[in-house]
Amino acid sequence: MMSNRDRVKRIAIASGKGGTGKTTVATSLALALRHVEHVQYVDCDVEEPNGHILLRPSFEEVIPVGIPVPSINESQCTYCGQCAESCVFHAIAVSQSTKAALVFDKLCHGCGVCSYVCPEQCIAEHTREIGVVQRGQANGIAFVQGVLNVGEALAPPLIRAVKKHIAQEGVVLVDASPGTSCPVVEAVRGNEFCILVTEPTPFGLNDLVLAVEMCRAMAIPMGVIVNRDGVGDKQVEAYCEAQEVPILMRIPFDRHVAEAYSVGEPLIEALPEYADRLVRLYEDISRVV
Amino acid sequence: MKIAVTATGDNLDAAVDPRFGRCAFFIVVDTETAAFEVVENTAAGAAGGAGIQAGQRVADAGAEAVLTGNVGPNAFRTLSGLGLKVCTGVTGTVKEAIEQFNSGALKDSAASNVGSHFGMGGT
Repeated sequence: MMSNRDRVKRIAIASGKGGTGKTTVATSLALALRHVEHVQYVDCDVEEPNGHILLRPSFEEVIPVGIPVPSINESQCTYCGQCAESCVFHAIAVSQSTKAALVFDKLCHGCGVCSYVCPEQCIAEHTREIGVVQRGQANGIAFVQGVLNVGEALAPPLIRAVKKHIAQEGVVLVDASPGTSCPVVEAVRGNEFCILVTEPTPFGLNDLVLAVEMCRAMAIPMGVIVNRDGVGDKQVEAYCEAQEVPILMRIPFDRHVAEAYSVGEPLIEALPEYADRLVRLYEDISRVV
Repeated sequence: MKIAVTATGDNLDAAVDPRFGRCAFFIVVDTETAAFEVVENTAAGAAGGAGIQAGQRVADAGAEAVLTGNVGPNAFRTLSGLGLKVCTGVTGTVKEAIEQFNSGALKDSAASNVGSHFGMGGT
């Protein structure tokens, strides 16, 4: 029996390719561990959080999240254009000759550089709401998710706001979005281990390679779960062996798993044998770290 | 006055580039002296905000009007917001476009004529 000191606390679940089974694994892992540890499930796929469909939380708190965007006081503005020049996101355009200053809120990343550099100090910041953080409970699992407003392009600031609610004790499972770009990096950053869920197909392998490179660049230990094992080919296995990335678990292709998912039933409710397997997965991860 | 024409090449015989935000070059011509300046469009490869960047660039070059093919929503807002006139649907060579402008054949556009990221290809 391992002491609590040896156990990993924060685990991210990412994938590369979408639809490989991140949320299937993350939610069932949460359900399996809740009898053994205090568990928090954190859904950082803020563009389309879906953990709530399987865990069915009751929400207790909704917190709006915004980013600071500039308002230029044109009565004091000299149209020098320094704000526009300093904006790496090109969210401001200024013309000295026609005395015009335009702000593009949707491109603004809320970095605050424009108001900082303005020689007249005439740029104020107002908050633009981008989404909400929701907190609740699901069958003894602490639950947090972010929901980005429809039409909003900027996920990372909301993901950072969600991560502020990460528990300081127990096990935290951070469910990331698919891919390897900014939102995934933000979700995965700061965690002690990253589970990469993949499928044994050329598509799965292509995106797994990117995800492995991402974890290496972030120096986060990782392990792979091969979902839908049995369909496709052996290239993912060969890649993991060559790259010395451990394969932690294989979930054989089983129509029953897909049927359960399609009606919002977690994996370990449909196939209870996975409960033990997932607890052992968590213990294996602790050893790898 | 100075007008900017989006171009696929760096001279007056080049074809008008149908994209504004992601065109290859802007040819900025002084309609009175016929002198021209070639400005490379550094916004062409930007992930986002290309139209805004390009609009800022041509405004900085002193252009009062833009002749081009297509203009997206952010680009249009930048150009009209900064006080430039926009003519979309312009075809032919840069030289021919300027002649059309000088003869009064081109109409100002009142709005963008394509959606965002139109010039990036694909759907």
